[in-house]
Order: sequence, then structure tokens, then C-alpha cells
Amino acid sequence: MLQLVLFFVFGIIAVAAAVNLLAQRHPINSALSLIVVMASLATLFLLMGAEFLAAIQVIVYAGAIMVLFVFVIMLLNAGEEERTPGSRVAMLLGFPAVVLLAGLLAWTLLTHNPHPAPVELSGRFVGSPTAIAQLLFRDFLLPFEVTSVLILIAIMGAVVLASPAGTTTGPGTPEPPAKREG
Amino acid sequence: MLTITTFVVVTVIKIVIALLVLLTAVAYTTWLERKLVGHIQNRWGPQRVGPFGLLQPLADGLKFIFKEDLTPPYVYKTLYIAAPILSLTLALTSISLVPIGNWVTVGGVYTPLEITDVNIGLLIILGITSLGVYGIALAGWSSNSKYSLLGGLRASAQMVSYEIALGLSLVGVLIMSGSLNLREIVDAQGGHMTGWIPRWNIFRGQFVAFFVYLAAAFAETNRVPFDLPEAETELVAGYHTEYSSMKFAMFFMAEYANMITVASIATLLFLGGWHGPVFGPWWLVAILPVFWFALKVFGFIFLYIWIRGTLPRFRYDQLMAFGWKFLFPLAVANVLVTSLIVALQK
Repeated sequence: MLQLVLFFVFGIIAVAAAVNLLAQRHPINSALSLIVVMASLATLFLLMGAEFLAAIQVIVYAGAIMVLFVFVIMLLNAGEEERTPGSRVAMLLGFPAVVLLAGLLAWTLLTHNPHPAPVELSGRFVGSPTAIAQLLFRDFLLPFEVTSVLILIAIMGAVVLASPAGTTTGPGTPEPPAKREG
Repeated sequence: MLTITTFVVVTVIKIVIALLVLLTAVAYTTWLERKLVGHIQNRWGPQRVGPFGLLQPLADGLKFIFKEDLTPPYVYKTLYIAAPILSLTLALTSISLVPIGNWVTVGGVYTPLEITDVNIGLLIILGITSLGVYGIALAGWSSNSKYSLLGGLRASAQMVSYEIALGLSLVGVLIMSGSLNLREIVDAQGGHMTGWIPRWNIFRGQFVAFFVYLAAAFAETNRVPFDLPEAETELVAGYHTEYSSMKFAMFFMAEYANMITVASIATLLFLGGWHGPVFGPWWLVAILPVFWFALKVFGFIFLYIWIRGTLPRFRYDQLMAFGWKFLFPLAVANVLVTSLIVALQK
């Protein structure tokens, strides 16, 4: 009972913060709303008994990735966004498409699974660090390592894209000093 | 088995006690710092208010409360007010997971000497402290002042960088104890090796990790020699330049509370927690573990202040180079060597 109440409380907070993320005009408020979404998702994980996942969610998303977001917003000193009327195509096509998609999803779920099993809120979710480690580093070791190589490739791509045009060196190497006139 | 009412009552009592003890410790850490740094610099430090200046924290607190709470114009008000609250709240929350002794029976209730005993206590403490950077970053940004902004930027870059070394330095200990529960980590350090050396992790090959942790923890709490975010010679006071009265005091308290948390984690993970010689009548047996724990935390904080009185501040590029090019590889090497040894022993 208590878990159901908490589920709705944090679920509503997560959705409200997500809507707020879109509605806010200042980037820093949007970033902070996203942190609230992450934190409420972590709480939902906790309610399902996946405490390790909850802690990782907070450490990685709220504690590392979002800090970088906030850092970049501070560094660029981004100001308030101006509200534009929005494109007409989005108004005419976008909203009906969203309604159509949502309807299709609901219809598929309801027709193919008319009597869904009650959702286990306090599940006996196998989420201990040991269980997750054995899955990651033994059963799925190859996909895990391949993913890490993929991320490495992404990092290298970012370095190449970020380095000034014409130079093949990374941004870490200092450029040769320009010759002074006279 | 506890009933829900007893559980709630016991927890509330523990929270009140923990907060009182922590805030008193915070107040007297500031006294200790002023006194010690004073003696290091051949001064007396506070000595007018009470014997040995012992009532100085009280006077400071009263002064903070009665000072004018100034909100500068052009600040981003919501975040300007929220930032110190966030800092202090997170700093006070993380202490609730630190165990200071074994399970005890008080008045028929069997309870751990911490607010709650969690399986993954260490991870949750790391999560809460990793959120602490928002208080500083938002304070710097919302103040709308160049000094604050630079301080906030430096703080967030520094804390994100050193968090990696900090986390990796703990992995060696986790591999050796095979648990994320702080209580189990401490239990694994009981007893002695070869007769008299205590089986603390620092004596079982984790001294490199301890050094990395020490350096990273200083950077995480923005203390000398890594106090670039509030370098007063360049940035006035860094991220809290525009804050006055109780709002400034909240940042100050958060910093000292974080110091105590960091010292407690070092004690639990490297220095054997509450283990130490226990002897004498039953009441001494009950008190001694807590006493050893407090003594080790005190030693760590003493080291903190001693280093503040000794070392100069790093330059910013030196700070980043030290974190990424020295501490980080060192921490990775420690993880590799530790896991190799543990794997070979099995």
C-alpha cells in the first residue's frame, strides 16, 4: 500500500519535472528539472528493490552527466530562450501523429494482453551488485567489451570533430606559436 | 522484531542525536582549525571567549544569525537561495549512513549505531556527495558575479575530475572485503596480522589507495592545497563571494560537515573503523569502540588542518594535471594490482 502511494508520488514528480523541462525558458532550469527526473527515477528503482541500480542512476546521471550539462550552461553563460510561435508543420502534423502513436500503442497493448499480470512493485528483482557483475563480466562479457570499444570510437570521433579544421592533432597538443611580424 | 512505532521513535531519536553531534563537531572543528593554524603561525588563535576560546563557535553562530542577510540585486533569486540549502542538506544527509560502532542494545531495543544500515551504504554516500557539487555550481552561477562564476566553474571541474580518482581509490578496498556494506567492510578489518599489526586495510597493501583517497578527498572538499574554488588571493571568496549572514554560514557548515564525512569514510575503509584495543568493565567495553572511531576521525581532521597550515595552493593547471595524469593512473594501477593479488590468492 505504502509502496503504491510512493510509486504514484514519485511517478507524478518525474512526469511533472519532465513537462517542466520542456516548458522552462531558461536552460539551467531545464537542466535542474532533468536532475529531478533522474532522482525520481532512482527512487522508483529503489521501490522495485533495485537499490544498486538506484545508486548508480544517481551517481552516473545526476552526479556526473548532469554536472557536465550544468557546467556547459555556466561556461556558455546561456541566457533565456525566446519563445517562438513554432513551425506550422509541427502543429499540423506533429500533434495528430503523437495522438495516433499513443493510440496505436495503447490499442496494441490492450488487444494483445487484455489481462496484464499485476505489476510487482516490490519485486524480488535480482539487482544485487554481485548478480549484475556476474551478468556483465561473465555472461555478457563480449557485448560489454564491444560496447566499451564503441564508446571509445565515439570519443575519438568527438575529438576529431572538435579539433580545429586542417589540423590532424588533437586539441591537447598546443599549436605552434604564430610568427611575430617584425 | 521491531514494531513500526518503536522503529520510528528510535530512528527519530537517532537522527536528533546524530544531527546534534555532527553540528557540535562542525562547530568545534572550526575552533580547532583556528586554534591549530594559529599555533602553526605562531599566534594564539581564539582565546577571549571562554577558557581557551572554547565558546568562540557559539559567538560566531550568534554573529552569523544577527548579521544583515543581504541579497544583492541582479541575482537569480530562486537558485541563489536554494544553493546553500542544497549544500547543507546533502552534507548533513550523507552522515546518516556512517556507522560509528557495532549493534547495541539500549533499553531493550537492538539497534545499529547509525541511522540506517544499508547494503550499499558506500555507494549511497558517494551518490549524495556527488550531488554536492550542485550547491557550489549553482551558487557561483546564480550570484551573477564574475568571481562567483569562476569559483563555481573551478569547483565543478575540480570535483568531477577528482571524483574519478576518489571512486577508484575505494575499489581496492571493496575488492578485498567483497562488500559495499560499510559495516561488513569494517568487520573484515578486525583482528591482527603476525601477532600485533592490526588488519586495517591501510596495512594490508592499500596505502597507495589511501594516499590517492587523501589527495582526492582534499580536492573534493575544496580544502588547501586544492582550494582553488575559493582562492581568496584571486577570487575574493570564490563561489560564496556574494553570500552573507546565515547563507554564508550554511556553505561554511556544509564544508566542515563534508570534511567530517570524508574523515569518517577514510576511518571506516582504511583505518579499521571502530576496531581497537577493548578492555575493562562493561561500560568501558561499550564506549571504547566509539571512542576509537572518534579518535581516528579526529586524527584525520587534524591532518587536514595541519596540511592547511603547511602547504601552499596549487596552480589551476597543476591541479588538473595532478588529478588526471598522476592520481588517476595511480588509482587504476592500484585496482589492477589489488585484483591480481586477490585473484591469485583464491
